[in-house]
Amino acid sequence: MKFSAWGRYPVIEANPVHFQNIDTLAHSIQDRQNLIPYGNGRSYGDSALATQYAPQRSRDRMMAFDESSGRLTCEAGVLLSEIIATFLPRGWFLKITPGTKLITIGGAIASDVHGKNHHVEGCFSECVEEMRVLQPNGEILVCAKGDELFHATCGGMGLTGVILDARISLKKVTSKNINQTTIKTKNLRETFEAFEEYSHMPYSVAWIDCLATGNNIGKCLLMVGDFADDMHLDYKEKKRLTIPCNFPSFALNNLSVKAFNWLYYKKAPAGVSHQKVDIDTFFYPLDAINNWNRIYGKNGFTQYQFILPKEVSFQGLNEILGTIAQSGKGSFLAVLKLYGKANQNYLSFPMEGYSLALDFKIEKGLFKLLDHLDQIVLRYGGRIYLAKDVRVSKETFEQGYSHIEEFRTFRKKMGLDTKFNSLQSKRLSL
Amino acid sequence: MTQDWVLILGANSDMATATARRFAQAGYNIQLASRNTEELIKEAENLNVKYGVEVRTFFFDALDFDSHAAFYANLNAKPSGVIVAFGLLGDQQAAQHDFTIAKSIIDTNYSGAVSILEIIAEDFERRRWGFIVGISSVAGDRGRKSNYLYGSAKAGFSAYLSGLRHRLFATGVSVLTVKPGFVATKMTAGLDLPEKLTATPQEVAEKIFAGVKKKKNTLYVKPVWRLIMTIIIHLPECIFKRTKL
Repeated sequence: MKFSAWGRYPVIEANPVHFQNIDTLAHSIQDRQNLIPYGNGRSYGDSALATQYAPQRSRDRMMAFDESSGRLTCEAGVLLSEIIATFLPRGWFLKITPGTKLITIGGAIASDVHGKNHHVEGCFSECVEEMRVLQPNGEILVCAKGDELFHATCGGMGLTGVILDARISLKKVTSKNINQTTIKTKNLRETFEAFEEYSHMPYSVAWIDCLATGNNIGKCLLMVGDFADDMHLDYKEKKRLTIPCNFPSFALNNLSVKAFNWLYYKKAPAGVSHQKVDIDTFFYPLDAINNWNRIYGKNGFTQYQFILPKEVSFQGLNEILGTIAQSGKGSFLAVLKLYGKANQNYLSFPMEGYSLALDFKIEKGLFKLLDHLDQIVLRYGGRIYLAKDVRVSKETFEQGYSHIEEFRTFRKKMGLDTKFNSLQSKRLSL
Repeated sequence: MTQDWVLILGANSDMATATARRFAQAGYNIQLASRNTEELIKEAENLNVKYGVEVRTFFFDALDFDSHAAFYANLNAKPSGVIVAFGLLGDQQAAQHDFTIAKSIIDTNYSGAVSILEIIAEDFERRRWGFIVGISSVAGDRGRKSNYLYGSAKAGFSAYLSGLRHRLFATGVSVLTVKPGFVATKMTAGLDLPEKLTATPQEVAEKIFAGVKKKKNTLYVKPVWRLIMTIIIHLPECIFKRTKL
């Protein structure tokens, strides 16, 4: 069976390992080597790609909910969108949500995802109180913060066993709407000043025009916001548009990206403006379109996301944005975010600083550019995000993640290193 | 939210689960029945957490005909509607050599359904309201060598539902025959099914829910199946018997 992840690159031959229940899943694992749990297929690169994968989406039952504390226990295949549709009308929302709600709880834990509020609330693991993880010998281990299994599993890319279910805490909200403030800046200096000025806001994210050059490098639309208090909780999921086929690969080129960026930037009023938008518009703009990954054509795309320590973020981003603009390789989407402190998890991506995420279609010369960017990122003491990655070298990766040896040792100790593997874990010897 | 209950027989299949969720979403309380009550309890929790409806679970064995009257009598409430979702595809090759296997295919898909539905139909007929849904199969539209034991039992079930619909029409009780075609489920996982002809359990559930509301008679989940089966039914026997279907 042809198989690829959200970036649609690479495409490999792979077979699903099906199971009826946890017992049969445990047996399948005991009989096999080198398989990877697979959620909703929204990681971009090769972190959930392997010739054998175990689909977890069908384990989608909610198990318990405590109305007074907002604690939800559910199986790992439940989508964030299902949690929102179920609990937002009752006044509860995810404490931490990434830019798509179409991922499973298992995936959110395995990538230790983060959102627009990382500088306040941290990674997804912050809302995970407890989880159960199936081990190679069929044993089911319960773990919580403080346990090594917990800190290896959060951000562990599915390489520490199959996450079966988790108890997470939701947060009380007063609306399905967000009071949003949009700040239009003219250059990177202004962008940074705006981020700092609004850092008290719980949610913030900036869209950067990365084809801007010269004095305009780093110009952006910064969007910050918080839940409204209008008690409008009558949330219903909207219908999604579908892109029925691949765009031809030339559809996204330097010119069209420039035109898009110009229009997008232009339509926002100058300076500071205020809007009231619903949570889907604010948190999940791309989820409105099914298969938006098809706009990059049949060769697929990758997202390059790196983070730099705060004290060198400005300098580093200046250099990187300059390098990208010079290369002429348009990134349709470039998202800049502010981060709070790093956590204790072995392979979690965030550290205190700024991260930039860039989408590139796969084409000749791209990986050379990204290798070059890697060197700049490393020089500034940064690292890249595994959930997006499809090509980073082992050497580059290792320099960014100081806990990698602890992770490797843990995998060996638990007999996980031969059992669970993805193309990514093989490439990086995770 | 209503006080109405929907009874799902054979509630552990993916189609049954999806259908239970669809009715729960609309506010119906749900009675889940099957042989594996351990799994049912998990789904009951899910329905309760997600939709805030009441859910009860019951042991039900389609093959234990003698237990059916007591099963129905002991339900916590008489349901507004019933969905017969149990069935057994079975192994055609094995069943050709071993009548006990063939018999279990026939009894699960046909006799078991008739046994329980006659009891329920009598109650619905007397009170003059309710709906009955039977998940039959396109395999019942024409017998073919690859699955005619299953197909003939489903053909019987389809004919049964047709007759039951005829009988109950005057009382206002509706009977819906569902022919899903290919469905991507745990049972078919690993089979290479053509995407355009394959429905998800959620699509089946949505169609069943809409079909009940509109009091439909027979529905094919993917409309293209009606066309395909019309062609297959009308192929002259002299051609049909030479095909590899």
